[in-house]
Amino acid sequence: MAAKLASGETTSVALTQAHLDRIKAVDDKVHAFLFVDEKGALEQAASVDAKRAKGEKLSPLAGVPLALKDVLAQKNKPTTCGSKILEGWLPPYDSTVVANLKKNDIVILGKTNMDEFAMGSSTENSAYGPTHNPWDLSRIPGGSGGGSSAALASFEAPLAIGTDTGGSIRQPAAVTGTVGVKPTYGGVSRYGLVAFSSSLDQAGPCARTVLDTALLHEAIAGYDPKDATSINAPVPQVVQAAKDGNVKGMKIGVVKELNGDGYQPGVRARFEEALELLAKAGAEIVEVSAPNFEYALAAYYLIAPSEASSNLARFDAMRYGLRVGDVDGASAESVMSVTREVGFGKEVKRRIILGTYALSSGYYDAYYGSAQKVRTLITQDFTKAFAKADVLVSPTCPTTAFKIGEKANDPLAMYLNDIATIPVNMAGIGGMSLPAGLADEDGLPVGFQIMSPVMKDERMYSVGAALEAALLSKWGSPLLDLAPTLGAGK
Amino acid sequence: MSLTYDEVIAKYEPVLGLEVHVELNTQSKMFCGCATGFGAEPNTQTCPVCLALPGALPVVNEKAIESTIKIGLALNCSIAPFSRFARKNYFYPDMPKNFQISQYDEPICVDGYVDVEIETDEGPKKFRIEVERVHMEEDTGKSLHVGGATGRIHGAEYSLLDYNRAGIPLVEIVTKIVPGTGKYAPEVAKAYVAELRDILRSLGVSDVKMEQGSLRCDANVSLRLIGAEKLGTRSETKNVNSLRSVERAVRGEMIRHAELLNAGGRVVQETRHFQEETGLTRSGRSKEQAEDYRYFPEPDLVPVEPDAAWIESLRASLPERPSIHRKRLQEAWAVPDKEMAAMINADVLNIVEATVILGADPTKARSWWLGEISRIANDKNCGIADLAITPQDVAEIVALVNSGDLTDKLARQVVEGVIAGEGKPSEVIASRGIKVVNDDGALMAAIEKVCAEQVETAEKVRAGHIPAAGALIGAVMKETKGQADAARVRELLLGHLGQ
Amino acid sequence: MSSLSRDEVAKLAGLARIEMSEEELVSLSKEFTVILDAVARVQEVASADVAPTSHPLSLRNVFRPDVVVPSLSPEQALSGAPAQEEQRFRVPQILGEE
Repeated sequence: MAAKLASGETTSVALTQAHLDRIKAVDDKVHAFLFVDEKGALEQAASVDAKRAKGEKLSPLAGVPLALKDVLAQKNKPTTCGSKILEGWLPPYDSTVVANLKKNDIVILGKTNMDEFAMGSSTENSAYGPTHNPWDLSRIPGGSGGGSSAALASFEAPLAIGTDTGGSIRQPAAVTGTVGVKPTYGGVSRYGLVAFSSSLDQAGPCARTVLDTALLHEAIAGYDPKDATSINAPVPQVVQAAKDGNVKGMKIGVVKELNGDGYQPGVRARFEEALELLAKAGAEIVEVSAPNFEYALAAYYLIAPSEASSNLARFDAMRYGLRVGDVDGASAESVMSVTREVGFGKEVKRRIILGTYALSSGYYDAYYGSAQKVRTLITQDFTKAFAKADVLVSPTCPTTAFKIGEKANDPLAMYLNDIATIPVNMAGIGGMSLPAGLADEDGLPVGFQIMSPVMKDERMYSVGAALEAALLSKWGSPLLDLAPTLGAGK
Repeated sequence: MSLTYDEVIAKYEPVLGLEVHVELNTQSKMFCGCATGFGAEPNTQTCPVCLALPGALPVVNEKAIESTIKIGLALNCSIAPFSRFARKNYFYPDMPKNFQISQYDEPICVDGYVDVEIETDEGPKKFRIEVERVHMEEDTGKSLHVGGATGRIHGAEYSLLDYNRAGIPLVEIVTKIVPGTGKYAPEVAKAYVAELRDILRSLGVSDVKMEQGSLRCDANVSLRLIGAEKLGTRSETKNVNSLRSVERAVRGEMIRHAELLNAGGRVVQETRHFQEETGLTRSGRSKEQAEDYRYFPEPDLVPVEPDAAWIESLRASLPERPSIHRKRLQEAWAVPDKEMAAMINADVLNIVEATVILGADPTKARSWWLGEISRIANDKNCGIADLAITPQDVAEIVALVNSGDLTDKLARQVVEGVIAGEGKPSEVIASRGIKVVNDDGALMAAIEKVCAEQVETAEKVRAGHIPAAGALIGAVMKETKGQADAARVRELLLGHLGQ
Repeated sequence: MSSLSRDEVAKLAGLARIEMSEEELVSLSKEFTVILDAVARVQEVASADVAPTSHPLSLRNVFRPDVVVPSLSPEQALSGAPAQEEQRFRVPQILGEE
């Protein structure tokens, strides 16, 4: 698309309009979007076209439309984080990610659906209803960023931004047959990203191809003085790596503890095939072990809720957001408590209570304190593993997309979706998921996960591009061509 | 049963603990770039960060770290090689995030001390107050309670929040427990806060104005029977807004605790509020069910490891310690202790020094600032620093009196003029036409006139009754519009009358 | 087996300022028995000689200069306010004390 824009074959307005039409045609079924900014998007598109007409030098993705996960602040546009407590809230400022998108003249179509405050693996926890997987509308699109991935898979948008705390970019990418990357922690600014778990959250690029993802990655990444945890170093050369797709001589480590044992057979099968293709492309497959990974899930479900319980305290009906119960004689304390009870959904409340407990006096050492130690052990495991391999790989998640409602009443079962993705966030390294094919038993997409060391994100893109090329060769056409037709034409 | 203070100290000994909060005078806030100036229109100095809008992130103000390290060094603390911020979690509308970014078990400065000296029955006595820690945190917004009778929180219908103050850097200085002060606990507490204030002022890191809230003191007091080992239950008193209140609050709490204990009751561990009007404290929030703050390391900020070279350069840049400074001045000026104390109490030491540096004689400088100028400030119900007159002005005036261009009386007029805003001394002199009449001829003319008018009095003087000359001198002064040098007039007058 | 009683859940809900229904308290208490068992696994490997990680990065001393930057306008600051008066955020009566 960018090429067509550059060559003048089409305009941003036309491109944007086409996507807005597509959204109108299919989103009542998919429900990827919470807010479609028709007016704003077309205005932005028109201004980009005007710049191009003037002969201004534009960035590679200028004029291409994008779907933005509703957890990122966009000035004067509704930002709900999938929650009732922020219904109608219009931020008076742009997140740095949005500022970077605007700087690159990328057109923002609207905000996508998500699990409330990014807590979930299915987008069923959204206060505004679930998003449906374009591959099978009765199934989940993954979570928490199901809206962004579904928008890509249904061709409602060619680019999307997600955020990933325990797998919320990668797992939706896997179950929708799209590409999603969680950059090295600190690689993309968190300023304006509504915090769930501060030491784990990271915004990242999503698209249908590895190269598109890389282009978007370079557009949003970089040091931000407004984020004290952002890395002051040049953005890894991911576009070049994606273009080259060269894995010759690379050591690819299969993590024993995440090799697919016990996973859905189709998931495992596609994973093994992918390994063969990479070996054929010149990589060396080695086995590594990460014995502490089995504790990662437990540690995550202590650290994330703890940080979240503190981060979400600001939603108290005093300065913004929902206010309920402000009747004669009600105290501020009761208004706060009633608002939070009504404004937060079940999963959010569950995690706030869990986090409050894990931090509370007398329990800190046993829970939060211990979890932070597990984090150290996991980081050590990765360090040892990366001494033996340039990247590590695993299936992205144990199963393909499950049915909406299937796991909603079993929190633990839901949490297990993240078992392969969580270690990446704990250590702050980079992680990518790209499509590895469809599972034989249900014809649903399977994801292949690549993990790279801190600030070596380009390695994920080299391996991802190589695999993508090999798979494309094998399939003859992109995987998404096999997705069911939703509206009139794709 | 009400006790006298003497009765209290006969039976009990107090243990003190003092927590002082200092608002730093940085240009911008602790974690964001909003301005910190006092008195701005509500909510005009706020941003996503200090309003705690969803998605906002804090970034540490470098100057705040520097100021805190300087404070720690001035208080003889060790500067921690590794220190971290932590979240203190609790809900309150004036605290936008519903947690405060503070420091918990890894504060930036630890283990210091402050020496104070107070007057006791046995003469001056030194006390060393140990400082447990100095750490950084952020201030809260300001609430206006509307609808109640007193404007205070009890009985208010609703509150209005202004977040301009939210996020301003605060430094908290916490003492270790202070035993062994005996009956002098109130004085020691006051002296400690006063010395702290002077040190902070000399560092230039804060306005340290207790009335404005840039220096806040919480006094913890407990009692135990004399000779007992176990500490008593303490109460914490807030809202202590002046040095005098520190002293009164400590004394008041000691009496209150003793009365309770004597009556067989027990002291409740709680926060109390000091009432200026009565000197007593009122019960506030009970600390018995202490809020669980669930401290954990602040994930949005990275640790602070101050570089040793930086610390040393800050140490080298510290100004002279106030107590040493005071000793030095006292010696240089040969000022007796009582006068030194007077200057310190009236808070004019620095301004007198500035005047002396500009060339004025120390005694003269002191007498102007402590005398005439203090009197005027008192009348106007304001502080000396609020008056328009500067050390430069006073130094000039002193010089003019020395050179004979002004008499003391005329100098007073000039001082009044400068304070009234009529300009610098030279301008006041010019516009008011103040001039010492030095010309003997003019003086003689006035003297002769007066003697001619007051023949009887003149005769008295001629007869040897010198004191009567006073009236004549007064008349001559009037005649010369007060611009004559009274001493010269007297000389000439007596001479004229044959004395 | 670790668990949280309904009363303990209620206390936590109080700390978190969430007014939960009786139903919710009971149901959470049941769920937590399972969840706490699962997360308590961390204690198996969290020995004394392992240092806790609170930041994934090894960054230190990240500061900003003491420079004033334009603030939001009061209109922007108050734009989300559920209630306002005299350019301030209006909140219901506060029971607790600062």
